[in-house]
Amino acid sequence: MKKLLLAFLCAPLLALAAGAELHLDKAPDRSRDYAALQNGAKLFINYCLNCHSASYFRYNRLTDIGLTDAQIRDNLLFTADKIGETMTIAMRRSEAKQWFGAAPPDLTVIARARASEFGSGGDWLYTYLRGFYRDDARPTGWNNTVFPNVGMPHVLWELQGEQVMGADHALTLAKPGRLKPEEFDVMVGDLVGFLTHMGEPMANFRKQLGVIVLIFLAVLFVFSYALKREYWKDIH
Amino acid sequence: MAAANVEKYKSDGTAVGGLLEWVDARFPLMALWNDHLAKYYAPKNFNFWYFFGSLALLVLVIQVVTGIFLVMHYKPDASLNASGVPVAFASVEYIMRDVPWGWLIRYLHSTGASAFFVVVYLHMYRGLIYGSYRKPRELVWIFGVMIFLALMGEAFMGYLLPWGQMSYWGAQVILNLFSAIPFIGNELTLWIRGDYVIGDATLNRMFSLHVIAVPLVLIGLVAAHIIALHEVGSNNPDGVEIKKKKDEHGIPLDGIPFHPYYTVKDIVGVVVFLMVFSVIVFFMPEGGGYFLEFNNFFPADPLVTPPHIAPVWYFTPYYSILRANTVNFFWIDAKLWGVIFMGLGVMIFFFLPWLDRSPVKSIRYRGPLFKWALGIFLVCFFILGYLGMLAPTPGRTLVSQICTILYFAFFLLMPIYTSLDKCKAEPERVTG
Repeated sequence: MKKLLLAFLCAPLLALAAGAELHLDKAPDRSRDYAALQNGAKLFINYCLNCHSASYFRYNRLTDIGLTDAQIRDNLLFTADKIGETMTIAMRRSEAKQWFGAAPPDLTVIARARASEFGSGGDWLYTYLRGFYRDDARPTGWNNTVFPNVGMPHVLWELQGEQVMGADHALTLAKPGRLKPEEFDVMVGDLVGFLTHMGEPMANFRKQLGVIVLIFLAVLFVFSYALKREYWKDIH
Repeated sequence: MAAANVEKYKSDGTAVGGLLEWVDARFPLMALWNDHLAKYYAPKNFNFWYFFGSLALLVLVIQVVTGIFLVMHYKPDASLNASGVPVAFASVEYIMRDVPWGWLIRYLHSTGASAFFVVVYLHMYRGLIYGSYRKPRELVWIFGVMIFLALMGEAFMGYLLPWGQMSYWGAQVILNLFSAIPFIGNELTLWIRGDYVIGDATLNRMFSLHVIAVPLVLIGLVAAHIIALHEVGSNNPDGVEIKKKKDEHGIPLDGIPFHPYYTVKDIVGVVVFLMVFSVIVFFMPEGGGYFLEFNNFFPADPLVTPPHIAPVWYFTPYYSILRANTVNFFWIDAKLWGVIFMGLGVMIFFFLPWLDRSPVKSIRYRGPLFKWALGIFLVCFFILGYLGMLAPTPGRTLVSQICTILYFAFFLLMPIYTSLDKCKAEPERVTG
């Protein structure tokens, strides 16, 4: 009986063995690094916010990462007139679909959507943005290691250079770009840091508040437990 | 609980006392207070497992209150906005970003959904181990199973509202199940969906049912559950009836007034629960993808089927039972068997009071057969729940088939193994 039960407990573990693996590089944590997040915001607005919208994110929320209204208005406000507007784009979705095969998705919560059992959404984006390689079979001339046959071309190619995929499926830099590989990784790290921040701008505040709430509940626990003890002392 | 015999409140001369006397002369205020709290005698030996009833009530209140505020900004609209995002999906992000404290209200509600099932599953398990469904508490149990059913409906409909990919495709899978019903299946599915595909009509009716119809039913059933419980009195970890031994005033010797004893004890339970709840809300609101599925941060797209559609964790045991049916037999399609067995998997709880033939109620005095049966059932339930989150493979399907059979065997063989079991003698009084 016990053997049977043991065998029965192990069976699902065996059944689990099969399954596709996705290897993702760990994205650096930029959640409290405002300089990096500001750089990420600049990169996002310059490189991404032409085809991709971030339509739930308002420009003035960039004040959360230390920018002032004037800084935002003077340097970053390209697609809107007022600082309270959201990050929308002018490209029509129907046309985008014709050009790329699929309309580029809104990126506000992309870092949350791309999370999986293989890593955080940030990890996915960090690997994806560094995983473009030359592929003449694709209409754009580019392919990607984590998103095979992606519709998006390698927007950052000038910075990274051109990678090619070898027979062992490893990427090598065939033509260097304006940035050294380490510099490019830092830059993508900043961009991904901002995408992660944009996915949940209140995340840092949420955690801070959580600490206060837990401290309050811990104190409340002491008093509630003392109250219970007091009432129950004559129950045997 | 003879409400008629309760003396009416007499004022002590103060203004509040006068008001109470005035109200009590016109409304059974003191009778209700006494019947359900101050003179409701609960066994004094409640343990850890007895926190989950009051906690379920707390979560219900959290869900209702947060839900009221969410409805103020949520828009059940499947049409696309200028950025090509469904309005419903965008309105959730609006709540998360632009509504003051909206993120907190939303996380309380989304975490509350999972917390509700955690608490209710534990509450049901308590009933199983201490025989709380046995005579005279059959109706308490039946109302409870009805609450469980209503809760599943409520959770399913609520999950559609954010209008993400998992909302959409999960609903697609579940609503399509109705089409397995012979003869009327397709028409029935069309009627439920309100359209040929899941769309704006479906979203709006699910919204209506989620915020009005099912909560009304739930609150009514919860009231019935508690009224029935207070009529027969609570069971306890020893499974003995405290009403059999009373003192000269007719008060059970092992009973203590619910208020203040269990109100102050439950406050401790509430604080501990809120600590666990807060850890999730403030530090891991996605619950590792189990409470808020990652894929649901993609807006619903009827043209892109996700490679893997998994329901939220609390449905996965039943989803596994559904998928375990892969064989057509008795001229009935495997899909219909899946639906039948999934339905029976929940419905069979209704029959528990009559399936159990044991002379004792509590697991403390049960014999080895019941303990083994319950252990295997529990293991099966967890395995089914785990497999329900994964994509099926032949090996996993076989395991879920075995677990499905054992799940049902727990109930169907219960009359046999509970009557054969070697039970210990129950004590006369509760043991503490």
